[in-house]
Amino acid sequence: MNAALQATLEFLKLYWAPLLCGVAVVAILPLIVGYIVLVERKIMADMQARLGPMRVGPHGLLQPIADAVKLLIKEDIIPENADKLVFWLAPVLSVGAGLLSLAGLAIGPAFQIAQDINIGILFVVGISALGIFGIVLGGWASNSHYSLMGALRSSAQLVSYETAAGMALVSALLFTGTLNIKSIVEAQSKEGIWFVLLAPVAFFTYLVASIAETNRAPFDLPEAESELVAGYMTEFSGFRWSLYFLAEYTNMIVVASVATTLFLGGWLRPFASVHGLPGVHWLNFLDFVPALLILAVGAYCVVRVPKQPTRVQQLFMLVVAGLCFAVALVLAAPVVLPVIKPSLREAVAPFYSGIHGGFWFIFKVSLYIYFFMWLRFTIPRYRFDQLMRLGWHFLIPLSIINVLLVGVALIVGAYFHLHGWGLLLVTTPAAILALVAAFLILALEKQHDARQEQTAASDFYAG
Amino acid sequence: MLDKVLFYFFAGIAVASAALMVTRRNVVHSAIFLITALLATAGIFLQLRAEFLFIVQIILYVGGIMVLFVFVIMLVNLDVALQQIQFARQKWVALIVALALAGQVGVMFWTSGKMPGQGLPVLTAVAANRLPLNSEAVAKSLFDSYLLPFEIASVLLLVAMIGAVVMAKKRA
Repeated sequence: MNAALQATLEFLKLYWAPLLCGVAVVAILPLIVGYIVLVERKIMADMQARLGPMRVGPHGLLQPIADAVKLLIKEDIIPENADKLVFWLAPVLSVGAGLLSLAGLAIGPAFQIAQDINIGILFVVGISALGIFGIVLGGWASNSHYSLMGALRSSAQLVSYETAAGMALVSALLFTGTLNIKSIVEAQSKEGIWFVLLAPVAFFTYLVASIAETNRAPFDLPEAESELVAGYMTEFSGFRWSLYFLAEYTNMIVVASVATTLFLGGWLRPFASVHGLPGVHWLNFLDFVPALLILAVGAYCVVRVPKQPTRVQQLFMLVVAGLCFAVALVLAAPVVLPVIKPSLREAVAPFYSGIHGGFWFIFKVSLYIYFFMWLRFTIPRYRFDQLMRLGWHFLIPLSIINVLLVGVALIVGAYFHLHGWGLLLVTTPAAILALVAAFLILALEKQHDARQEQTAASDFYAG
Repeated sequence: MLDKVLFYFFAGIAVASAALMVTRRNVVHSAIFLITALLATAGIFLQLRAEFLFIVQIILYVGGIMVLFVFVIMLVNLDVALQQIQFARQKWVALIVALALAGQVGVMFWTSGKMPGQGLPVLTAVAANRLPLNSEAVAKSLFDSYLLPFEIASVLLLVAMIGAVVMAKKRA
């Protein structure tokens, strides 16, 4: 017993900071997910010319909290013929995997729970893929046909698209030569160009595959309500259902963060390479954009205060505005102070990279998630065979050819000593070639299918 | 100290879930315990600072066992399988094999105690920050020292894969 206690103490002494960060993330994440859901409903309403949730709090700002309370006090139903233990385990597994994979992500150079793990990006991708077990087990354990069909679809989808996503990651990793998340971002800062420009085909492949892996529309077949009620979640209610929901949105955050880290420059500001240069560069006005953006949001809140119907809502709106101003102040301090007093430049630098890095990372992740939502409200759902055809016949060949051609392009680039933007000279032809080759394969297959159908038809009439 | 506790934790889980895996009647439960055992083994890899092996173990077995799940659900009639008496035919063979294995391991431990330096190799502990980065080390040994065997193995796997596709395809 004494040994175990000693080991625990040793563990706590070594890892108290990451543990604290982990607890903070686990505590805050449900709130963030709740607000992502609210934002999604608001965007959906906007795109459909409605107002969306407006009743709870000003502009529905307290809706997530009301929803959370509703879900917590709902009756918890376990179907009679369900496999109780697995039914209990499945949602927890899904959420656990999502939360664990967050540990590897670096939100800015300063904030990373598991710092400097050598396998960084593989850890995030691998652990988040474990979440699929929760879906499959949940679908199987509920002992219902709809759930089972949803779970099987989900696993088939994951197995098919994991290959394409992995290949897309490989072609981006070819530029860095490391799996460490911090080094990946540093490599992009050293090249002075984000990998989305160097490997556009890989980014596109990862985008499509990540939508399929997180079961989002237009690939949300595991929960297609017109065919399967709610897919694998059909039999789940109340808190268990909300755990699945939490897992789904956590996975969205994870894939968005992976894409941001690998392709969109992680925590780097756009044109980050001109930041450290001596003298004033006009692009450095971007340093002031974060603060001004948040300031504008706060000002809008203040303007909207008189429009609120009750006194409480007016006060709440003012509180939101105050929060925005506080955040804007924090964001502005590290860029305004050196302008006022140049001697402070050195002292402020770490704060600048930490705070602004966090801002840009979260900003890019939000944009990626916004794109997910935009797609959801724009494109109708795919049929299952269409989904499989897209994965196996187009994305997988495309991503494999792309890895090959990016490798060749890198060798040619190294031969001519190309760096940064110069690398575009070799990677752009590679991307175009990969696309052409993939479309060629698709066209050949279509031709083949058409010919087969023709012979089959003529046989039918001959017979 | 911490390492020791972690090792016994993971090893205990691995052994217990391996035992549960072979004794469960329900095939899906067996699969769950199989993945638990494999994850616990991954934990031991991590405790030995072999983080690349750890993540490869997880990624590969997630995919592999996912397919196993699908097969179990689609091909095995669980209701019928639950009622049948299983695992009874090979009792004596299993006993003999288990005893032989136990004897072998026992002899190995015994001789390693008798002859210092000849039995089990005892590795000296190295501080974690002085170990070589192991995904780099794996890549170097695969693509540098053992390039030819690696390529031969991958061609073999490719042939097997193409063979499976050809055999599964309907003759047109």
